[in-house]
Amino acid sequence: MTAVLVIAEHAGGKLNLSTAKCVKAATSLAGAANPGTANLGTEIVVAVFTTGGSPVAAQAAKLTGVARVLEVVHAANEHQLAATLAPQVAEVGQAFSHLFAPSTTFGKDLMPRVAALLDAPQLSDVMSIESATRFRRPIYAGNAITSVEVAAGTKIVATIRTASFEAAASDGNAPVETLNPSAALPAHTRFVSLAAAGGDRPDLQSAAKVISGGRALASADAFKLIYGLADKIGAAVGASRAAVDAGYAPNDMQVGQTGKIIAPELYIAIGISGAIQHLTGIKDARTIVAINKDSEAPIFEVADIGIVGDLFTIVPELEKLIDASRK
Amino acid sequence: MNTAQNPRRILVAIKRVVDYNVRVRVKPDGSGVMLDGVKLSINPFDQIAVEEALRIKEKGRADEVVIATIAPADAQSMLRNALAMGAQRALHVVADTALEPLAAARVLLKLVEKENPFLVILGKQAIDDDNNQTGQMLAALWNRPQATFASKVELTDGTARVTREVDAGLETLEVDLPAVVTTDLRLNEPRFVKLPEIMKAKTKPLETIPLASLGGAPGLRVKITKTEPPPARQRGIMVKDTGALFAELHKRGLV
Repeated sequence: MTAVLVIAEHAGGKLNLSTAKCVKAATSLAGAANPGTANLGTEIVVAVFTTGGSPVAAQAAKLTGVARVLEVVHAANEHQLAATLAPQVAEVGQAFSHLFAPSTTFGKDLMPRVAALLDAPQLSDVMSIESATRFRRPIYAGNAITSVEVAAGTKIVATIRTASFEAAASDGNAPVETLNPSAALPAHTRFVSLAAAGGDRPDLQSAAKVISGGRALASADAFKLIYGLADKIGAAVGASRAAVDAGYAPNDMQVGQTGKIIAPELYIAIGISGAIQHLTGIKDARTIVAINKDSEAPIFEVADIGIVGDLFTIVPELEKLIDASRK
Repeated sequence: MNTAQNPRRILVAIKRVVDYNVRVRVKPDGSGVMLDGVKLSINPFDQIAVEEALRIKEKGRADEVVIATIAPADAQSMLRNALAMGAQRALHVVADTALEPLAAARVLLKLVEKENPFLVILGKQAIDDDNNQTGQMLAALWNRPQATFASKVELTDGTARVTREVDAGLETLEVDLPAVVTTDLRLNEPRFVKLPEIMKAKTKPLETIPLASLGGAPGLRVKITKTEPPPARQRGIMVKDTGALFAELHKRGLV
């Protein structure tokens, strides 16, 4: 029997949307394992790790396809640290054939620790599920997609690539069971603080719109042009490795294979030629726009909309046209 | 054992991967990616791990930086390069095939038990298989703390304060030592190696260890049955001026 345990990600009393996506992935496993029979023979359970009385368990119980919610209560769960969560997940996970968590920094940190405790292989960034034992996942920053197979009967730990799955709907009503873990939890890891990123600007990793600047900006001062346009359309700001190396933009803004790999609805590359390592970071964007003075730049080979010209002319013109359209 | 007399040691685990500037191509028969004649380099995140260990030593908080890798016999030049950056010794666990992350973590645990480091630093992930697992698995097997995706590491006596790049921003943890740290891009910028250092590195100790002598095995529980290129992006349209660019963006509901 296939039984999937989805590890909920939550903060501030709110379930993260990535949990609904993992539930959807688990549902697709159910359909794939038993074609035409929907959820028959597959149980999807969401585990929520809390300090007790959290509204998150009720939110998880609404997710369509969930059979049960386990609220695992321990004082150590005030902060969702991998070191203290992993023994609890491993304890609860004993009874399950599959353990899923989102491929966010939360899931990436936690699940390998769980897999090691359970002596189970882990599949990272699962993008599609073909059966209970066959999955697809990207390697080389998405430049190749592998089909992988695990022998039947092997417990599987997986992180789910959230961009590949829709969120499960919220019309369910699963029962919530409360559980007190018996596993001994370590005290060697302590939460100190969390500083929210980037002020008012959207987070680069999850933003729907991203505007990036490249070497052609030619100075940190000129990079303000990128911020101006980004703020106008509510976009996050990124940079090419060349711009970061030249000191025009900070390191954490780097988009590309060794920086952030992103999949926004709109990506505007300004003064970026399109080195391989940059292109691998943006290839999953829905629409790519390129502004570059070199008509031969490789960025145009992947751009949905391209314009050849001077960015210092085009960007201010574009801002004016956006302003005018809003009057 | 008198721990007071033991050198304060950092173990850095590194992996050889296809250089990040190489355009990786899938073999036409779907059996993998083309690796013949392709430039191989240290995984960029691991290079950051080496740099961080060296900086900790240079601040006087460590006595020795030991580099470890699990790689085929011809990976020695990568280790020499890490030695040229400033590490003191290298351990080369010779394995002809790639190990699954959990198998690699078990081998690294053997090295940890042998070397007794107070800190193990690894890259957060290798840019070939993109697994992002080995450091966390080592920490679990070792039953010690993990601080992944680090952008800042501050050591005090017996603890490390690590700032982590998480989706919500920057999280700071305090962990008891010994501990495992995995690096993110922002942690530091690795130094360039100078020619005299390359010469000096040739005489630094490099120990070769057969995989089997550590009881290591590749793992092989996840079988790759097919490798395919991702769906190709189509070249789109070119517009002649900013007005046309705006019109196109507006039409698609993007501005």
